[in-house]
Order: sequence, then structure tokens, then C-alpha cells
Amino acid sequence: MTPDLTPQFLELIRLAATDLPPDVEAALRQAVEQEEPGSAARGALETILKNVELSRANQTPICQDTGTPIFYVYHPEGWSTRKLRQQIEEAVVQATQKSYLRPNSVDSLSGKNSGNNLGGNYFPTIHFEEVEGDALTVDLMLKGGGCENVGAQYSLPYNTLKAGRDLEGVRRVVLDAVHQAQGQGCAPGILGVAIGGDRGSGYYASKEVLFRRLDDENENPELAHLEKRLTEEANQLGIGPMGFGGKTTVLGTKITALNRLPASYFVTVSYMCWAYRRRRMVWQDGNVSFE
Amino acid sequence: MRQITIPISDEVIRSLKVGDPVLLNGVMVTGRDAVHKWLVETFIYKTRPPQGDDLEVYEAIKPLLNGGGIYHCGPVVAGLDTKDYRFVAAGPTTSSREEPYQGDVMRHFNLKGVIGKGGMGAKTLQACQEVPGVYFHAIGGAASWIAQSVQRVLGVYKLDFGVPEAMWVIEVKDFPAVVTMDAHGQSQHAVIEERSRQVLEQLIGLGR
Ligand code: SF4
Repeated sequence: MTPDLTPQFLELIRLAATDLPPDVEAALRQAVEQEEPGSAARGALETILKNVELSRANQTPICQDTGTPIFYVYHPEGWSTRKLRQQIEEAVVQATQKSYLRPNSVDSLSGKNSGNNLGGNYFPTIHFEEVEGDALTVDLMLKGGGCENVGAQYSLPYNTLKAGRDLEGVRRVVLDAVHQAQGQGCAPGILGVAIGGDRGSGYYASKEVLFRRLDDENENPELAHLEKRLTEEANQLGIGPMGFGGKTTVLGTKITALNRLPASYFVTVSYMCWAYRRRRMVWQDGNVSFE
Repeated sequence: MRQITIPISDEVIRSLKVGDPVLLNGVMVTGRDAVHKWLVETFIYKTRPPQGDDLEVYEAIKPLLNGGGIYHCGPVVAGLDTKDYRFVAAGPTTSSREEPYQGDVMRHFNLKGVIGKGGMGAKTLQACQEVPGVYFHAIGGAASWIAQSVQRVLGVYKLDFGVPEAMWVIEVKDFPAVVTMDAHGQSQHAVIEERSRQVLEQLIGLGR
């Protein structure tokens, strides 16, 4: 019933690690034009683009921190998630041997690196969800530590920023998160924002929303407006690529809203670096495509 | 663009100013979280006795760090099984995590160049003035590009810390970076942080 897709998973990892998606590259190319000729900001973006081309051509990792591999697996009824997990883990081990991935899984107590990117049930992170139809869709994001470390979760009301439980409050804390991050998450970044949920689901959804394309528009007009506004205002902060100063601090903002408890109002911000490595694989009737 | 050769003299260090783009040449050593903690605890604060090959490694790295550079980097390395090591991807990691240790490491080893990303804080800036030294900002994420400037891997220490955390001794040529903290007390990071704070306060209507 469940086919062996290990080689396809390996290809998905290779693609994610070495080949930046076209929408991200296009946004970076646009950003270069915004920066002053000769500025450190422009120099940084130019180097970034040269690196993107080189990684694609040589099939080497865009960034050496190949992050936590985060898989979202949407499978048809009747598939074995146990087998899928085994296949994904095997593909991760092979990708590490081929230097598409850096050995990144460290035992938090002993400090030992497992050497093969496996370790417990959360490394790699795999979310399974059963869906209608007969297609298997697997989304993969490689999220590095530098940008993960500058993610933030706020519990509103948040008095220091006079942020109440409304979209204005959301705006305030998100801008604060961008300011706190400075260049540390390898700006220009992409903001994944979840409003509501609990602490766990908030972070989950703030990453899931990062699978949206950079150039799409939020279906909710209020959120669509806030996404645009936050991107513009974050760029007014002048932090710039790598924190060198400049016009490009974020490339985009993606917001989602979850139901919450009456007592809680969390705003969760996942910061994704410019090395926005996310890819999708779709399998149907024995055919595989990647986007 | 200005070429800088490692080891770097005090004179050259003092001539570098915030905003200068440079190309680094010579031998540098990678070192990040585990290495800084180990160096400081074992040899500087001496809160932990040397174990295993600690003393041997210490003697070996001393001359490399004297006047030299430490690179905050956890590389992707090929050839692990044959020991014919080659850097595949080697961009900088976030430096601020080494802020508690860096100044003391600079003073202890006469370390002139700290290479990383995201900049560092007041303690390191103080050490840059004393030693003197500078902070070279590499381009975060530009890992394949930077790996090309690594000509050779000369050796590795503390591989038991794991590939990303080990001390890799590398010879670089035309390694691109920008000076963002200099020996005269200037920090680009402090300037940008303050400027962006003012904009933030305007945007959300919080005056100081
Ligand atoms: S934040 Fe992103 S680009 Fe920067 S080092 Fe980490 S993974 Fe690489």
C-alpha cells in the first residue's frame, strides 16, 4: 500500500538544501535594486545571490546550517505513517552522507552530535495529516538556528509596548520582534506570524504559514492589509541585509489566526532567514513532481 | 578591496574602520559555542581541570590564535571517512552567543580578528580596543560562496565536539568580510540598533 519513496525524499532534501525557490530569489533580486550602489547592504545581497547561483550549480548547501528538517506530510487514507517516517529518516541519513545536510542533531544532555541528523522523535520533525484524495504531498522546510533563535512569542496584553488584544497590538509586538532580531537571523527575513492558539500550536502555525508563496495574498483582507503594512514598516526600521543598515529588512510577512482560549492571546513570530529553504513534493499514481 | 593577511599586526588592526570591506588571507581557526566554553573554563577561568588531549590542543592552537583570527562557523565538511577534508559550505554563525567569553579569549590568546555574523556587544568591543582587535562580519548564509575561499583544511581539533563544533584549521584566500566593530570603540551594530529603536518608537508611538 505505502510505496518506497526514499529516493524521492532524498531528492526533496537535496532540492531544499541547495536550490533556493524562485519566488525567494526573485524577491532578493528586487531587493538588490533598492540598495545604494557601493553600500555594504548591496554588497551583502550581491554575495547572497552569487551564493544562490553557486549552490544550485554545484549542488552544495546554500547555508551550512541546514537547520532542523521540518516535514509536513499530507497522506491519503490507509498509508502507513510508520513506514513513511522510516523512509524519511533513511533519506535524511543519506542526505547527510552526501553533504546536502550538516550533521545537526545534538543530544541536549550529553552534547553528543548523532552524526546522521537523527535523534528521538523530533529530529527530523515530521507532522502527519491524513487528507482526502489519492495524492501524497510533502512539504519540507530547513530552518536554521540563527533565525530560529530570534523567533518570539508574546502574551498580550503586553504593557511595555502598549500592545492590547487586537490587530494593533499584533502590529506592535511583531515590529518589536523585528527590532530585537536586528541582523542576527540573517536579514532580510520573512515573518511567519500566528495570532492565537496556545504556545505550542502558535509556533507550529507560525512555521506552517511560511509555506505560502512570497507573492500570494492573504484571503482575509484585514490580514492581507496587515501583512503589507508590517513588511513596509519593518523595512522602515533600516536594519537592512545582515544588519548593515539599508532598505531591505524583511522580504515578506505571512499571518494566520487560530482560535484561542478566552484567557490567552498569543502572538507568535517565526523569523525565517533569507535562506528560505522550503520545497514541496507531490506523488500521485507513481508520478512525482517537485515545486 | 583591501587585502588583510593573517596574522594581523596591531598597526593594520588600528587602521581598520567600521564599514571597511576586506578580503582575508592566511590561516584561521573555526570555533563556536562548545569551543569558547571549553577554552574559558579549562584555560582562562580554570573551573574545570584539563582532560584527555586538552593540553596538547591548547599548545597547538596557541600559536595559531596569537595575532590570528577565530571564525564562528560550523561547516559542512566532505571527506570525513577518508580524512581528506574539504569544506563544502562554511558561512558564519551568530556571534552574540560568544559574547560572555569572547573578550577574555581575545586577551588570553592575543586574538586579533573575530569573524562571524550579527555582531557582538560591549564586552567584546572593549576587548577590541585593548588587544587591539576587530570584528569582521561575514555574509550569513553565503556558505557555498565562502567555502570557495577556503583553500585547504590544514587539520582539525576536538572533532569529538561534532563536525559543526570542532576547531577546523583552514587556509583562506580572499575571504570576504566587512569590519563592523573596530579598535577605536566604534560598532556598526550599536549604531543600527539605536537608530532602528528610534524608528520603532515613532512607529508605535512610544516616546522615551
Ligand atoms: S539564519 Fe539562516 S542563513 Fe543565517 S546562518 Fe542560520 S540558516 Fe544560515
